[in-house]
Amino acid sequence: MRNIWTIAKREYDQYFVSPVAYVVAFAILLTSGVLFAINFYFFAQNAFQNFGAVPDFAPISGTFVFLLVLSTPALTMRLISDEARMGTLELLLTAPIRDYELVIGKWLGAMLYILSLLVVTLIYPIVTSRFVTPGIDWSVILTSYLGMILLAGVFLALGTAVSAMFTNQITAFFVSLALFITLWWLVGFPANVVTGDSARLFEYLDMKTHFYGALDSGVINLSDIVYYVSLIALGLFTGSAAVEMRRWR
Amino acid sequence: MIQVNGLIKDYGVRRALDSITFDANQGEIVGFLGPNGAGKTTTMRILTGYMPPTGGEAIVAGYDVVEESLEVRKRVGYLPETVPLYNDMTALDYLKYMAELRQIPHADDRAWETLEMVDLDERANSFIGNFSKGMRQRVGLAQALLHRPEVIILDEPTIGLDPAQVVEVRRVIREIGRDRTVLFSTHILSEAQQICDRVLIINKGKIVAEDTPENLQSRVLGAERVLLRVRGDGDGLAETVKSIKGTRKVAAQDDTSVEFELSAGQDVRPQVAKAVVQAGYELLEMRPVGMSLEEIFLELTDDKTAGKRS
Repeated sequence: MRNIWTIAKREYDQYFVSPVAYVVAFAILLTSGVLFAINFYFFAQNAFQNFGAVPDFAPISGTFVFLLVLSTPALTMRLISDEARMGTLELLLTAPIRDYELVIGKWLGAMLYILSLLVVTLIYPIVTSRFVTPGIDWSVILTSYLGMILLAGVFLALGTAVSAMFTNQITAFFVSLALFITLWWLVGFPANVVTGDSARLFEYLDMKTHFYGALDSGVINLSDIVYYVSLIALGLFTGSAAVEMRRWR
Repeated sequence: MIQVNGLIKDYGVRRALDSITFDANQGEIVGFLGPNGAGKTTTMRILTGYMPPTGGEAIVAGYDVVEESLEVRKRVGYLPETVPLYNDMTALDYLKYMAELRQIPHADDRAWETLEMVDLDERANSFIGNFSKGMRQRVGLAQALLHRPEVIILDEPTIGLDPAQVVEVRRVIREIGRDRTVLFSTHILSEAQQICDRVLIINKGKIVAEDTPENLQSRVLGAERVLLRVRGDGDGLAETVKSIKGTRKVAAQDDTSVEFELSAGQDVRPQVAKAVVQAGYELLEMRPVGMSLEEIFLELTDDKTAGKRS
């Protein structure tokens, strides 16, 4: 456990010396901030004309996870591949740490970075809540954040696994991106053309369906949680296996 | 400390290590010599728990490298050939990070102590990315010594350093080798001659020779050879040398010099010098021309001569 934490801490610190982290933070926070402002303005105007509703958080969380699909490959690409390129992987693999501790530590470091961004986005519901009476429904916000954290966990775990398979971080970036696009947009398509159980299977595999209209709307289904947690486990397991494979090469 | 028994490593169809066997004891500095691709790095990677062997066994500090890899890794310090450093870290932070990974108590103090050992305490807070090659090598060495391991494995620790740095790194190796087991690989044969208690010569995945540097020399040569040079005309010089008992294989090299061998256990150089001076020659120099480790190495690793010898 201690090794995982040591590696996670180092990884987290390293994000703040690399420009990639700032670019990703800028892109995510600017986009969601602008969206929040427009959304908020729109609802406020409606409220003046007396048909206002409480501003919805779904557009913000929806955009956040959409941006995760595109930006997490940049956060995970170098996690392990760069260690391999610089030769420092040899250092870590001859230190008394287990392969899975390395992989989980790397993943956790990236998770901490995303969590930092998520903490910043808390400002949106807090501001909204101050302007509406009697306040917003925090349970929806809570499940949305749970969903965003789980999704980030999935993307980062799969990205870490891909990074463990390649020595070139650009390759790792594009492979992760292709994988995420497949899981986010493409895997759901066959559900529209086939019927019966196979349609349900593709629907289940589709990452979107476990978030939109579910976690982002205050609904917690065990199957959604199981889906995300198993993908995280799959990513971390594959990553550990990929690191182990490097020893045999 | 290190026991290697019939170690085999295959990369695909290529056999990188072909059943090598050797051992190294505590307080012994063992040099690992061989041309590129001979299997030095592969052996070291197996001993440090980086990769598993295809066959055979290796026991390091009392633990099997495959079955008890973590225990081995706790007790081994390793400096790979490509010194593994993080350029975005300061030397101190880097060592602290490694100390934390090795769960060393008081990581901060230990990092400082180790930096002092390699003379880098004044640059502790400089970024590794700004370091010269020699300094990087020393940070790498510090990393290998951080946990005061029983066994230290260094892969080409002096490669690419300037002469002053080479001397410095060799000094550190000798120092740490006093009470620990050090296995290090090198291309530079004189280096092995200077620091090692024992030399292993490896070629094409096999150990072709194993002995002290001195014994290796005499094994190939049999005896010590001496070159003698005089000023001016050296006519009859060879005869004068031949007349001294205890010299053999006397051969004139050119007009002014003669090479001869000393019979085993008989150092008759003073007598030779006296005789030469008494015979009226002006003696300029007399020096041993022992076959260098370089020549031994070439002889042992060259297929043709190796075939002849065996």
